[in-house]
Amino acid sequence: MKPAFSVIFLTTLLGTGQGLFLALFTHQSYALFGLLPPQADSFYGYGSALALLFLAGGLVASFFHLGRPERAWRSAAQWRTSWLSREVIALPAFMGILFMYGASHLSGLDPVLVTLPGGLNINATFILGGIATALAFALFVCTAMIYACLRFLREWHSPLTVINYILLGSASGFTLAAVFSGIVAPSQTNFFGGWAIIITLLAFAGRSASLLRNARLKPKSTMQTAIGIKHPHIVQMSQGAMGGSFNTREFFHAKSATFLRAIKPTFLLLAFVIPLVLLALGMFTPALLGVAFILQYIGLLAERWFFFAEAKHPQNLYYQWRS
Amino acid sequence: MTQLALVIDLNVCVGCHACVTSCKEWNTSGSAGPLCDERPYQADPTGTFFNRVQTFEVGHYPHSETLHFPKSCLHCEDPPCVPVCPTGASYKREEDGIVLVDYDKCIGCKYCTWACPYGAREFDEKQKVMKKCTLCVDRIYDQSLAEIDRKPSCVKACPTSARLFGDIHDPESAVSQAIREDGGYALMPEWGTHPANHYLPRRKTKLNIHNDELERADNPLKVDGQLPKPGKGEPSMDDVSAW
Amino acid sequence: MSSTPLHDPFAPPVADAKTEVRNTTCYMCACRCGIRVHLRNGEVRYIDGNPDHPLNNGVICAKGSSGIMKQYSPARLTRPLRRKPGSERGAGKFEEISWEETFSILAERLGKIRATDPKKFALFTGRDQMQALTGLFARQFGTPNYAAHGGFCSVNMAAGMIYTIGGSFWEFGGPDLDRSKLFIMIGTAEDHHSNPLKIALSKFKREGGRFISINPVRTGYSAIADEWVPIRPGTDGALLLAIIHEIIALGLYDRDFLVRYTNSGQLVNLDAEHDEFGMFVRTEVPEEEGCYDPQNKLWWDRNTGKAVVTHSEGADPFLFGEFRLPDGTPVKPAFQLLQERVKDYTPEWAEQITGIPAETIHRLAHEMGITARDQKIELPIAWTDSWGKEHDTVTGNPVSFHAMRGLAAHSNGFQTIRALSILMTLLGTIDRPGGFRHKTPFPRPIPPCARTPNDPRAVQPNTPLDGMALGWPSDPDDLFVNPDGSPVRIDKAFSWEYPLSVHGMMHNVITNAWRGDPYKIDTLLLFMANMAWNSTMNTGEVRKMLTDKEESGEHKIPFIVVCDAFHSETTAFADLILPDTTYLERHDVMSMLDRPISEFDGPVDAVRIPVLPSTGECKPFQEVLIELGTRLKLPAFATKEGQRKYRDYPDFIVNWETEPGSGIGFLAGWRGKGGEKFLRGEPNPNQWEMYAQNNCVYHYKLPRSYQYMRNWNKGYLEWSQRNRITRYAEPILIHLYSEVLQKFRLAAQGRGITRKPPAHLAKRIETYFDPLPFYYEPLETQASDKHRYPLSALTQRPMAMYHSWDSQNAWLRQIHAHNYLYVNSRTAQDAGIADGDWIWVESQWGKVRCMARYSESVEPGTVWTWNAIGKAAGAWNLSPDANESQKGFLLNHLISEELPDNPDGARYSNSDPITGQAAWYDVRVRIYKTEVGEPEQTSPQFESMKRYPGMSEPPGWLAYFAGNKK
Ligand SMILES: Nc1nc2c(c(=O)[nH]1)N[C@H]1C(S)=C(S)[C@@H](COP(=O)(O)OP(=O)(O)OC[C@H]3O[C@@H](n4cnc5c(=O)[nH]c(N)nc54)[C@H](O)[C@@H]3O)O[C@H]1N2
Ligand SMILES: Nc1nc2c(c(=O)[nH]1)N[C@H]1C(S)=C(S)[C@@H](COP(=O)(O)OP(=O)(O)OC[C@H]3O[C@@H](n4cnc5c(=O)[nH]c(N)nc54)[C@H](O)[C@@H]3O)O[C@H]1N2
Ligand code: SF4
Ligand code: SF4
Ligand code: SF4
Ligand code: SF4
Ligand code: SF4
Ligand SMILES: [Mo]
Repeated sequence: MKPAFSVIFLTTLLGTGQGLFLALFTHQSYALFGLLPPQADSFYGYGSALALLFLAGGLVASFFHLGRPERAWRSAAQWRTSWLSREVIALPAFMGILFMYGASHLSGLDPVLVTLPGGLNINATFILGGIATALAFALFVCTAMIYACLRFLREWHSPLTVINYILLGSASGFTLAAVFSGIVAPSQTNFFGGWAIIITLLAFAGRSASLLRNARLKPKSTMQTAIGIKHPHIVQMSQGAMGGSFNTREFFHAKSATFLRAIKPTFLLLAFVIPLVLLALGMFTPALLGVAFILQYIGLLAERWFFFAEAKHPQNLYYQWRS
Repeated sequence: MTQLALVIDLNVCVGCHACVTSCKEWNTSGSAGPLCDERPYQADPTGTFFNRVQTFEVGHYPHSETLHFPKSCLHCEDPPCVPVCPTGASYKREEDGIVLVDYDKCIGCKYCTWACPYGAREFDEKQKVMKKCTLCVDRIYDQSLAEIDRKPSCVKACPTSARLFGDIHDPESAVSQAIREDGGYALMPEWGTHPANHYLPRRKTKLNIHNDELERADNPLKVDGQLPKPGKGEPSMDDVSAW
Repeated sequence: MSSTPLHDPFAPPVADAKTEVRNTTCYMCACRCGIRVHLRNGEVRYIDGNPDHPLNNGVICAKGSSGIMKQYSPARLTRPLRRKPGSERGAGKFEEISWEETFSILAERLGKIRATDPKKFALFTGRDQMQALTGLFARQFGTPNYAAHGGFCSVNMAAGMIYTIGGSFWEFGGPDLDRSKLFIMIGTAEDHHSNPLKIALSKFKREGGRFISINPVRTGYSAIADEWVPIRPGTDGALLLAIIHEIIALGLYDRDFLVRYTNSGQLVNLDAEHDEFGMFVRTEVPEEEGCYDPQNKLWWDRNTGKAVVTHSEGADPFLFGEFRLPDGTPVKPAFQLLQERVKDYTPEWAEQITGIPAETIHRLAHEMGITARDQKIELPIAWTDSWGKEHDTVTGNPVSFHAMRGLAAHSNGFQTIRALSILMTLLGTIDRPGGFRHKTPFPRPIPPCARTPNDPRAVQPNTPLDGMALGWPSDPDDLFVNPDGSPVRIDKAFSWEYPLSVHGMMHNVITNAWRGDPYKIDTLLLFMANMAWNSTMNTGEVRKMLTDKEESGEHKIPFIVVCDAFHSETTAFADLILPDTTYLERHDVMSMLDRPISEFDGPVDAVRIPVLPSTGECKPFQEVLIELGTRLKLPAFATKEGQRKYRDYPDFIVNWETEPGSGIGFLAGWRGKGGEKFLRGEPNPNQWEMYAQNNCVYHYKLPRSYQYMRNWNKGYLEWSQRNRITRYAEPILIHLYSEVLQKFRLAAQGRGITRKPPAHLAKRIETYFDPLPFYYEPLETQASDKHRYPLSALTQRPMAMYHSWDSQNAWLRQIHAHNYLYVNSRTAQDAGIADGDWIWVESQWGKVRCMARYSESVEPGTVWTWNAIGKAAGAWNLSPDANESQKGFLLNHLISEELPDNPDGARYSNSDPITGQAAWYDVRVRIYKTEVGEPEQTSPQFESMKRYPGMSEPPGWLAYFAGNKK
């Protein structure tokens, strides 16, 4: 497939936004149970605003992917069948709740709604945060399922796709949270940094697993099934459009095999290895966390590029980029 | 239930591309139109077509076959392009199984093309909506056309009548019969999309000659006394047997 | 599942649009299918095949369906243009002028030429279909220098067959696939009979017919063949002769057919001392008045054992043997000579030459012979033959052939095609069910009656040419030569160099005119011919000739007029450009006087009727000729007093008759005052309307008894004579043995009373004018270093492009934007060339750089490419970086219009020595990889062509929607 920059940014920005929120809310949950010192509302509030910024960035990027952005509102219609539709619903829903969550923190309008038998006060923000968490995961699933549900794209058609979207988004979100807290709540940095390391490690494992899996995939469709001729030697002589067509533009990354091969270690280094090192060092020198996040985000962009480029669409059998 | 479809007979398709341009021609000024072309007179011209004819070579010289292979939307019975569409712009008509795009709903997200294993949809880069073969839905029911014209444009055009059109759910239809009798097959059956369009394979006619057919009594060489007869002086059994 | 669609696919896309459907005839190629043009608010909405048209029955091809993009192409010329004074020819600088000015320039210049030496005006036309009118104009003007594309196209096919069976493939006849069982297609990619052949082929295959294709390349039609027989180019003669050998050796020929309908049994004079050596012996029977081919030859009767007049009641000739006439003259039946000729042409011999295994050749012969013999068709159709014998049935031997330029475009093509015609004859398949069928006006006498003048005095100032510019020589006295034997025509057609060049030799006009050999001309008018690009050989040099100047500073070809509809490469070399209309904008006729679109069952002609107004100042060339003819006061167009005879072209078509009161005009349908007559009849003022009401086509169906065996069908021949289709009604016996060729050979041997060739040409004539077919290596191959140039290079027509016409077509050019050289994968690997590599292709004449593509469907000694896809930069109003000029290439740069210099210094055209057919497919090449660092661009390149006044800037986007919804 040809990686579209709108989609690369869309998925990575959303992932970071979702991850950041999850980090904040994890913190709030810890704090609720007294495992961590509660932070000022502004910490969660501004953190949510930052997450919203990323999500909005993703939203904007998504419009670049649409031929007819003015009709984008229509895309919620098919939630019964379409993961894209579901994503379109999940995203604003998540953003809305997240907004309320952040606003509630910032405005101080955070009444206690329930008091649990143990005397634990459940505030509005906590309820909102819980809903937002569910939505964040729903959004991760929707986004990932957009790809994972396409059974012809066998590189994507795997639970690993969903797991990795969650892990990769969360990793970058937690890293960002570490950066954020490094600035506004230095005492909490190691909490976020620690989790970021754990999730990045998991993401590394998940992504490596999918790389291994994909490397062993055997194409299910072949030239023989594509045109229905039983012969081991079939060569396409012409694809019917010498100047190219939508099918040659959309489904081919047009980069060399060497480029593709080089990008893999690059993103593994940038998204996982280097950030892990920097996150670890960041425990002592918080300034490195910023670098960790930036490199990891770039790594994830590369990862996403590779994610698309690696997927071989069966339609390509009909368009072997010859004459 | 009706499922309209094309059945393409590779046995007679000569790869003339009539179906390609007649389709473009009908549809560019039709309900799907215009079908835009980018750089029409410049380098690497490219445009939206609903139907393409491709060529493949099978085997090695001299036992090679050249295969012309027309391909448009196969109007899958279980079309993976439809459920993924977020807007409902992609839909399959219940009454005849035609898979269509609603150009007024389509947001141009291209997701449906990812879901089609056949590369049968083309995004119109100027109109910014997804387009594909409509089975000429705006011809086949048009009562203002004469009966013989109520066919897809490509079918009408095809000089070798390699393109059959009809209801593959009606066992009596010409298309069902062709699929049944001439070995009709579907593309990429492994995905369970159940394409409505089918292809008919090459069929070969051979002539079997027996040697004795070469030497017949009515050989005209006899009339002219030219059939090789052994000379009288040549050896024969008469010379060596004594009974 | 989904809610109702917003977009109603059934709603009319343009509300309240005015729609209409008009019938006319397609001209996206020479096939001439009937089309319906659907207009919406005056724009073309759709063009489809007319289901009521006999030729295409409603189907249409890729080109025909793309007519819209031709009509609205930005490459169209829209104004008469004159080369800017002071600008160089070829620089492409033009200024608009009015038609009035155009006509006055032309009338003045041509008037002067006509008043002095009409030869100095040459009119040559390309792939047009109005040779009856252009030919008439040239003849009326008085110039012999007229021809159409036939000479560089397929004249071998026309001549080889017409001189043998009185008809040919092409527009003149074809395989009866409706009833055929075995069909052999040789050297055909995409004939003029485009749609009809496709219709027939698929029907044939579906009905279980067996289809064999003999071709170095397997594409297009050959792709669906049951068997592909790859052959080395230029060697079909060897294959066909070996098949003939085998057919005769096994007695698989149709003896009855040969005896009665061919000259097989006729006795040939073999007295080497005699002036009539090699001619048929004739009886003393006095020649019948006005008889073309008197039936006065002899058979050696098996029943009586003596010589009798052919077709004598009760006689049956020997086909083999050697006899002595009472006067002692040794004679042999023609068939005996054929058998002797093919004696050494064994399949094993042919294997060495053709690359086809001998076993396959044997089998091919067996398949043909046995199918013809064992699957006979008897149709219950009673008919009477020319000798008065009545037959209850028509017999068919269902083996049919079709061949085209794969045979024709070689310098041994004429004799190869003679061999093919003879093979078809041996199988008994001529004008019979399931075999070859004629189309009116064929069959014609062998050769047809039209003759060119044979004397230079036929060209006189201010006088029409005394004879036809093109014709069919029957002996050396028919040649159009000066007393010293030198050619009268600028192209040297009908001269001793190419005696039977019945379609002229357009491919040599520019070179000859430039060199002044045989003389200089003044004005060259090219109509619908892209002679500065794809229809010329040696393109690079020819382009230089077009701009070359004398020392005086005058151009070697002083004045060039080009009538074209598009911004072709040739227009750049014009001094005057006449912008033509498109086929949708003009009246036109597919006349019986030209090449009609007849069917097997009878004559068909057709018309074009404008469905759109002309664009800009475009004017149909037809109108230009009528106007010019009137201004020049040519007798056909102006009265004695110099008054205009015809208002315009439609008026001319209706009212012009071959001779006053002849009743024969351009159109055969709806003649007579009220349209009640056909073929002959007085002019009908409503003729165009009647064509318009009848799908623009007139189809006369012959009675069934006239539909077969027409060479010898008394009823048909008399019908044809009555209707002035032919002058004679004598049987047209098949020339297995060609006396016409023998007459030339005799002259070359210094015998007989006819003219004799100049000494330096005697040997050439004696060699090639063999009355029986023989195989020789193509002339250029003979003159090539085959070790240095081991490969044959060919072109093929792509189905979705017509010559150079369609690169301006936005839809078609997406299918063929550029071309590759296809090379057998193993051949390429041996040369170290990878799939897609840039390579050089080099012949002894030049080299081109292009991209190579591997192919498994090409014979290893052959490389090929699609014809005329490559374009000059900027031409056709394409951007200078368009694929056509940057990745596309033209093979013509590698092909020479002349053979390597003869030792005697003579320059011969790269043509068949008999017919002057351009030998496009004889060129030998080698291929090698380009050097590292060479540009990835085809070579040669030419300076980019400019846009002319009146042409629009091509849009970067095209969103065509008829009726103006955008
Ligand atoms: N679409 C389309 N149709 C056209 C035209 C067009 O440009 N486009 N042009 C029209 C014109 S003007 C013409 S003259 C006709 C020509 O019609 P064709 O004669 O069919 O055209 P060519 O492309 O010359 O095809 C020649 C074929 O002969 C093969 N060949 C070459 N050399 C040999 C040989 O030595 N032996 C054998 N057996 N085969 C050989 C080539 O591989 C090729 O397949 O087509 C007409 N129809
Ligand atoms: N290498 C190679 N060269 C070949 C051949 C080959 O097989 N191989 N084939 C040869 C053969 S068989 C032929 S017939 C020739 C054909 O060669 P030509 O007849 O010379 O060339 P075309 O490309 O058909 O186009 C002639 C011109 O007609 C113009 N034209 C199109 N429509 C109209 C119209 O309506 N009116 C006017 N006035 N002009 C119009 C086009 O713009 C073009 O410039 O090519 C020959 N050249
Ligand atoms: S061929 Fe592709 S576009 Fe057509 S119905 Fe099937 S999946 Fe959908
Ligand atoms: S491009 Fe249009 S039709 Fe395709 S999925 Fe998106 S909205 Fe649906
Ligand atoms: S059915 Fe209609 S839309 Fe589909 S390929 Fe044929 S012509 Fe095109
Ligand atoms: S029109 Fe018919 S013969 Fe031509 S390419 Fe299409 S299917 Fe094949
Ligand atoms: S074969 Fe020629 S005449 Fe017929 S539709 Fe095609 S382009 Fe037109
Ligand atoms: Mo031609």
